Amino acid sequence: MTDPAVKAPAPEELAPQPGRTFAARLLDELTGGPVLVTVLAVITALIVGAVLIVFSDENVLATWGYFLAAPGDALSASWDAITAAYGALFSGALGSASAVSETIVAATPLILAGLGVALGFRAGLFNIGAEGQVIAGGLAAGFVGFWLHGLPVVVHLPLAVLVGLAAGAAWGFIPGILKARTGAHEVITTIMLNYVAAYLALYLLSTSVFRRPGRTDPISEPVEVSARLPHLAGQNLRLHAGILVALLGAVAVAWLLGRSTWGFELRVAGANPSAAQTAGISVARATVLAMVLSGGLAGLAGANQVLGVQYTLAPGFSGGIGFEAITVALLGRANPFGVVVAALLFGALRAGGLQMQAVTGTPIDIVLVIQSLIVIFVAAPELVRAIWRIKAARGGAGQPVSKGWGS
Amino acid sequence: MVANDGIDLIVEDGEIHALLGENGAGKTTLMNVLYGLYHADEGEILIDGRPVRFASPGDAIKAGIGMVHQHFMLIPVFTVAENVILGDEPTGPLGLLDQSRARSEVRELSRRFGLAVDPDAIVEDLPVGVQQRVEIIKALLREARLLILDEPTAVLTPQETEDLFEVMRSLRASGHSILFITHKLKEVLPIADRITVLRLGRVVGSTVPAESDEQQLASMMVGRSVLLRVAKAPAEPGEMVLEVDDLTVLDERGHTAVDHLSLEVRAGEILAIAGVQGNGQTELVEALTGLLAPAGGTIRVAGRSLEGARPRAVLRAGIAHVPEDRVRDGLVASFSVAENLVLNTYDLEPFARGPVMNPGAIEASAKQRAGEFDIRTPSVKAPVGTLSGGNQQKVIIARELTRPIKLLVASQPTRGLDVGSIEYVHRRIVEARDQGDAVLIVSSELDEVLALADRIVVMYRGRIVGERLGGADRDEIGLLMAGSAEERTAGAGDGGEAVG
Repeated sequence: MTDPAVKAPAPEELAPQPGRTFAARLLDELTGGPVLVTVLAVITALIVGAVLIVFSDENVLATWGYFLAAPGDALSASWDAITAAYGALFSGALGSASAVSETIVAATPLILAGLGVALGFRAGLFNIGAEGQVIAGGLAAGFVGFWLHGLPVVVHLPLAVLVGLAAGAAWGFIPGILKARTGAHEVITTIMLNYVAAYLALYLLSTSVFRRPGRTDPISEPVEVSARLPHLAGQNLRLHAGILVALLGAVAVAWLLGRSTWGFELRVAGANPSAAQTAGISVARATVLAMVLSGGLAGLAGANQVLGVQYTLAPGFSGGIGFEAITVALLGRANPFGVVVAALLFGALRAGGLQMQAVTGTPIDIVLVIQSLIVIFVAAPELVRAIWRIKAARGGAGQPVSKGWGS
Repeated sequence: MVANDGIDLIVEDGEIHALLGENGAGKTTLMNVLYGLYHADEGEILIDGRPVRFASPGDAIKAGIGMVHQHFMLIPVFTVAENVILGDEPTGPLGLLDQSRARSEVRELSRRFGLAVDPDAIVEDLPVGVQQRVEIIKALLREARLLILDEPTAVLTPQETEDLFEVMRSLRASGHSILFITHKLKEVLPIADRITVLRLGRVVGSTVPAESDEQQLASMMVGRSVLLRVAKAPAEPGEMVLEVDDLTVLDERGHTAVDHLSLEVRAGEILAIAGVQGNGQTELVEALTGLLAPAGGTIRVAGRSLEGARPRAVLRAGIAHVPEDRVRDGLVASFSVAENLVLNTYDLEPFARGPVMNPGAIEASAKQRAGEFDIRTPSVKAPVGTLSGGNQQKVIIARELTRPIKLLVASQPTRGLDVGSIEYVHRRIVEARDQGDAVLIVSSELDEVLALADRIVVMYRGRIVGERLGGADRDEIGLLMAGSAEERTAGAGDGGEAVG
């Protein structure tokens, strides 16, 4: 019998939609749902984070032990702990020039890799492989950075950046062509290529080509100064030119998606592959193009880390940027400027979280929990709507996105 | 939105009550309220004079209401008996399934109401008409006294429709009541005892067949008088546009879907392919539009072979394509009307120069075409998914007819549309013909085929089993569609003689 629970959507929507992939549904939710829900997701996550702050502080927790005797104690102690922690977080993120610099430095690679993942989303692709593409880009850019000597900055730096981009693009091309030619699902192939990239990095750093002479641990020579991204606000602040590349990237992706025929093809292929095919758009071509561009942007993120922050290659230099980029792209609703805002928020949480840990002793893990909660709430908009008692803005938008893998 | 507004409906014992209305008139909503799927905000439902309240379909079933959905709720790999007992399984000792009881009950019901169904057949092997009987048996087994049939004839051949009507009559004779939901005017007059017409969620009238005719019912449904026949002058066929020769196409499972088929369409004529769905029409159209590579044979458009041509090349060679499933293949629901209007011309002047698109030109053209094709939308920037089915189809028609074409291939061009939109789409198709385009229509609606076609070919199991001129005898075409009067023609090209 028909499931009686299904009564919200109009009758026509009850019919199965054969052409609708999971990606297409997610895309609808990302681009169609109101911004309000995203903002409320962040607020909800911060509120849950506040509860965790209370739990993470033994002294505050103790006051709850005699809550019935003196409820004021518990409440004021909790309030103090929350305001102190969030206060430190805020000042660590935006409270000074160096705080702002740190926020931007943390946000820059997230913008670049997040743009890559978002571009994939718009083409209906789940690029879970940003991490591997970041590693590929970083390795290649770093290699050009330390292996070539004596080049002027105007040649060396752009060359290193472009090689990083190309390496990321090549790493994205593999799952792209596999999907286009054989139908291999990009989620599987990109996850596997993450491992390949990580272990390839480990191996390369153990070879004499990459390993710094005289060292036994896997670490490369430092990148030549001529290949480093220049500081923007003096040597005391880490703020570097990578942010300019990232913002340029956001503008470029926005133009590509909104104003170019290539972007139009990507979006049609992503939103409705079967209509794309019928309209004479090659979904295979769009898939490969999207994966190449997506990988290229992630590769830039890797180059940014090596040429702008760490100046050397060592295992784990990617720091999970590629994974955080997925959450940034989701939070930014697969919109280039949304990605910039989301990356800055995550950068601020990262930079502020360090300060919070140092000042109030609140573990920085809470920041990671908050970030994860934000993404969960964004992925479950119905939950946020229920918590805040707001109605779905339009029919169909209320469908949870995480129903299944569709295709 | 108010889908049903103050509806009064009385179904008597042993009555076939037709509920007639266009798509979006609120028929299905009303049925879902009666079946406990939706809840009414106001008003009440009475059975035998007693008010009832349904929290779920389970309550409705207990109260003696059975429903046969438009899309069957059967499990294809189960047998008939297994499907019938699903949800209300008879069990023996230890809670074991009592399959034999299920089988004997199915047999008993089949016998009583003339529903020839084998309880051990696997549902997916059965023709659609028989699957529908399984749904009816399912409802009867739960002792339904009121059966709701939601657009039951939409998937049936004319012959199967007749069989269904027989079953309905025998159910009526045994005291069952039937609520027969349809938008097909022709069907209600011979079968219904009483007809209620819905429009925009309201009952606009109730009548009995003896006192009404098609024209009157159509006006009630649409709210104005409508042309039931398409006004068109005799065709003036010109030069050959489409030549299909000995075409063979395999479906995705590798079975022969189009079997050595040949046909021709000239400029200025409408060729309609009649046939029950699933006889290779879909694959034929996909081959014509470059979406599926043929396994053999040739397709020539204006003398040029389309062998190996990709969909893009086929579109640019002057083939317009109105796909069978407009939501899946014809539109991107989340994109604006304007974007959908350039879905296959976005890269051409004036919409783009090189890779740079020109949103101004796209919007201006969209506004102009929305006016020209009477697309009712709040703005050309509105997502096309928010438009009604009729307006969505107008977007596709506008897109396809405003680019340079030689051949229009339209599959089920009016499926699911309201009478007003059907009228409009048909007029546009005839206009395209009169402007000298060759037109190929694929339709499983016999009325549509008869209304539009200058020539008709009937497709059955991937082959053309007969060819007639437009205005041919309805029953004859119906028999050909059912495959019961198979005749081999040497090829569609000499069809004129075959009609003789």
